[in-house]
Amino acid sequence: MTGGIRVGMSEIAVSRAPDVLIAIGLGSCVGVCFYDPLLKCGGMAHVMLPDSTQILGAGAEITKPGKFADTALPELLRKVTELGALPSRLEVKIAGGAQMFNFNGDNGRMQIGPRNVETIEQLLAAMNLKLAGKNTGGNCGRSVRFDLATGMLTVKMINSPDIII
Amino acid sequence: MGLQHLTSLQKDAIKEVSNIGAAHAATALHQLLGEKVSMTVPKVSVVPLSDICEVLGQPEEPMIGVYLRVFGDAPSKILYLFPREEALFLAGLLLTEEDRQENGDILGELEVSALKEIGNILTGAYVYAFSDFTGLNMLSSVPALTYDMVGAILNTILVDLGASSDYALLIETKLLACEVKITGHFFLMPDPGSLAKILDALGVKD
Repeated sequence: MTGGIRVGMSEIAVSRAPDVLIAIGLGSCVGVCFYDPLLKCGGMAHVMLPDSTQILGAGAEITKPGKFADTALPELLRKVTELGALPSRLEVKIAGGAQMFNFNGDNGRMQIGPRNVETIEQLLAAMNLKLAGKNTGGNCGRSVRFDLATGMLTVKMINSPDIII
Repeated sequence: MGLQHLTSLQKDAIKEVSNIGAAHAATALHQLLGEKVSMTVPKVSVVPLSDICEVLGQPEEPMIGVYLRVFGDAPSKILYLFPREEALFLAGLLLTEEDRQENGDILGELEVSALKEIGNILTGAYVYAFSDFTGLNMLSSVPALTYDMVGAILNTILVDLGASSDYALLIETKLLACEVKITGHFFLMPDPGSLAKILDALGVKD
């Protein structure tokens, strides 16, 4: 996966066709992709943690909005609308949120990956955005490639063929 | 304590104590395997979280990761990364032929167990020496193991640092064993609050 715009942990990137946005090595992180199929533009946020208000307290200063689901989604929306995208047209796809390590006796508490996915889905519903596809959970790391020419999100994992959503 | 503002004296002090830990770990592994084991001088680096998956250069390369948490006065994380073949070779040194169950993509239960045990023994020796030198009370968790992309392993382990920092402190040592047939990577990653305690214990807080 080379020749694209790399979106590192806690970053947000937006662009237009024919660019490709790439997030490599999503473990418990989630890649959230917004796409406007008419204008062929969109963006990706590489979300690390679910909720900034729980972790930092309400009103804390956020240096990297892409880090938390609750700050990343509005920021990603703002950035894609700046490119002209209409919220009502947006197709949303998400991938990631795995639980890669299992410690013995660590099962009671829900881990960061599943919590990220759950929070993102709740936020999307609250923002009235429709989820067009997802590949989340499990215990495998993922690399994702978001093609802004087609809106297709290719998910790569070890030990399994690529999945296109 | 801003990670970006570590002085070279502070980095040297961290390097020194890690070196002592690594030497003990190498000795422990040598005793376990009966093979020559060495560890390189630790490299101390401060990496932005957004670049974490690139630290070994090949973020999509699958590797075996053994991960432990360190509790006590200076909570930290410890990670061992081995290429799959080398990890299996290492595990094989502890197992008999009948024990070996590795089959295609699946790691056998005993291989997993052997690799976790190696992680345990290395960590025990490392943490003991680190704790002895600094006077900080430290205790390691049971190990967890995964086989996945290096980038995803590193991201997942360091994700909780994001709550309080945009950077991670990595103390990396290479572990060479069996005539360099085995080249593992060892990482010690102090949690954000732990660095100040370690520096204080080493007498280089300011």
